[in-house]
Amino acid sequence: MSNSNGNLLEVRDLRTYFELEEGTVKAVDGISFQLQRGETLGIVGESGSGKSVTNLSIIRLIPSPPGKIVSGEIIFDGRDILLLSEAEVRKIRGRRIAMIFQDPMTSLNPFMKISKQLMEMTQLHLGYDSSRAYEHAIEMLETVGIPDARSRADNYPHEFSGGMRQRVMIAMALSCEPELLIADEPTTALDVTIQAQILELIKEIKQQTGTSVILITHDLGVVAGMTDHLIVMYAGKVFEQAPTRELFAVPANPYTKGLLRSVPDPLVEQGALYQIPGLPPDVAHLPPGCPFAPRCERAEQICREEYPPFVEVTADHHSLCHFAREVYESSLDERKVNYK
Amino acid sequence: MSTQPANSYNGSMAQPIPGRDGQPLIAIRDLKVHFNLGGGTAWDKLIGGSPVKRVVKAVDGVTLTIARGETLGLVGESGCGKSTLGRAILRLTEPTSGQVFYHDRDLAHLSGRELREQRRHLQIIFQDPYASLNPRMTVGQIVGEPLETFHLARGEAAERRVQELLEIVGLSRRFIKRYPHEFSGGQRQRIGIARALAVDPDFIVADEPISALDVSIQAQIMNLLERLQREKNLTYLFISHDLRAIRHVSDRVAVMYLGKLVEVADATTIYREPLMPYTKALISAVPVPDPEVEARRQRIVLEGDVPSPINPPPGCRFHTRCPFVVQACKEVVPQLVEIKPNHWAACIRISPEQPDIENVPPGDTPGLRS
Repeated sequence: MSNSNGNLLEVRDLRTYFELEEGTVKAVDGISFQLQRGETLGIVGESGSGKSVTNLSIIRLIPSPPGKIVSGEIIFDGRDILLLSEAEVRKIRGRRIAMIFQDPMTSLNPFMKISKQLMEMTQLHLGYDSSRAYEHAIEMLETVGIPDARSRADNYPHEFSGGMRQRVMIAMALSCEPELLIADEPTTALDVTIQAQILELIKEIKQQTGTSVILITHDLGVVAGMTDHLIVMYAGKVFEQAPTRELFAVPANPYTKGLLRSVPDPLVEQGALYQIPGLPPDVAHLPPGCPFAPRCERAEQICREEYPPFVEVTADHHSLCHFAREVYESSLDERKVNYK
Repeated sequence: MSTQPANSYNGSMAQPIPGRDGQPLIAIRDLKVHFNLGGGTAWDKLIGGSPVKRVVKAVDGVTLTIARGETLGLVGESGCGKSTLGRAILRLTEPTSGQVFYHDRDLAHLSGRELREQRRHLQIIFQDPYASLNPRMTVGQIVGEPLETFHLARGEAAERRVQELLEIVGLSRRFIKRYPHEFSGGQRQRIGIARALAVDPDFIVADEPISALDVSIQAQIMNLLERLQREKNLTYLFISHDLRAIRHVSDRVAVMYLGKLVEVADATTIYREPLMPYTKALISAVPVPDPEVEARRQRIVLEGDVPSPINPPPGCRFHTRCPFVVQACKEVVPQLVEIKPNHWAACIRISPEQPDIENVPPGDTPGLRS
């Protein structure tokens, strides 16, 4: 089934709640976005912002109970994933939508040879016989740059370094040539030189296969160089959404602005670092009004009382803020000053 | 080359050491921390163990000074020995050999009692704010414990001091009766900092103090550490794998690779013109939070992984991944040389006359001539 508007994935008003003792945690609360074929979308946020729950919702891996997708649509290639049977979802998961997680050690089976784990993918989803699956596994390991792939294929995960394990994870994820790759903090556990290798690899693979990618991370540096579009999440909501360059250049939300200013730039001399005051919110007990209001410099009475609107500042650029336009204008002004 | 001023301890130091001019607060001399993993004995051969002796050279001959009031950033990838070095300076890990001078005393060779006296001036902040605070103690007890240990205050005076410390690190004095689990990661890190400050130290080893925290909280803790440094004239060894944080907080930066220092220079200089190939790759690998810059940037992507610190490669330890490697690199252990004023690097393929490795003729090793 193909889609008229070219979107591979469309998430509409997704809400995923967790029923916990201390109350209902609205981990993801009404988020919407689209992803076109071949595009890379970044989802940025701090811990508890809902970025990983969004990802798990898309592939329907929310542990239930306590979690539940309360409402929304997840249209993947024209079909709503939330309406599919578990058997149908399983055909998509791993085959058409693949995932890479932060910690490759916990995502690989420690008792199984690497080759075997890779073979499972193609045997299960593509019906390869074992010799074909084995050859394919070696090929995949070579693609992701495992040196001496043939002799290392029969090793166990613990015999690989962290960076190599992440490569194996990527090889597994790509085994069935998925249309969508979701990478949840794929380089957070890795050293910086290894991170550079893995990011380079994801870029190359994207160019070769045209896979769409959702990259979830807390690192603004990583998304800057990797993504076309960006979503900034806070307290389960989309706070800002825009093309990556636009979002970095003219942020229209005080949270995004604060976040950008609080990251040290390794290339530029800086004075005191801007700091967002206060603590990330307790999602089980959100204040009325804007969830960021208690930490926001720009906040006024209305922010503490009324939930903010999702303002369209330009055609492709949205911000959840009572003063979105003003913040956008001031970013534009600051930009002009900087470029003088 | 700058030499150190005459101190009671460096009369015997033959070689100059990378550091700022002036009286250093901490002077580390050829410090080694080796961990013996066994192997190599007749018994090992008998039971089928490792036929060779296996030693992790976590820190292998580090010489460095830290000036009063400065922040020295120590950066490197996991397993490079940076935390072990930090701990060995405070003797939380026993050094195998070498010296650590604090004022005129060699911390590495003090007796237990003498060491305990000095510890008052030397404190540490740990990475994991969840693991480094005793969950059964109240905040008041945690922050107040060092006051008791060093007989600095007791009773009401101690309580007042604890309240004052909490306020200094930006926590409410009402928190004094609460337990660590009631706090967020950033707040716990503040408690850890308050505990370190309780004894009015001179020198603090901050071992990955922000790595476990959220981005917005990292900035808070970095700013707090900077403010405290100004107010109390503290000296920091700031250990981190986060090159952006290191750049921001440090006056000088020391880069470590597999137990050895490979480059030491001012923070601005080392990020602008790194000399040693590993430092070059490391700095080019840092993602910059600016899409325009990222689009133009040329990244040096290193091949392969950091080798095991058990029996590391001979010669230059970086030679297995270095794009500029020549045969001599596999044989000669490079020394830290002052290539430019106050800019030290360990690489035989560069020299003070030819500091730019890109312009050194292929195969040439100017560092071996001087």
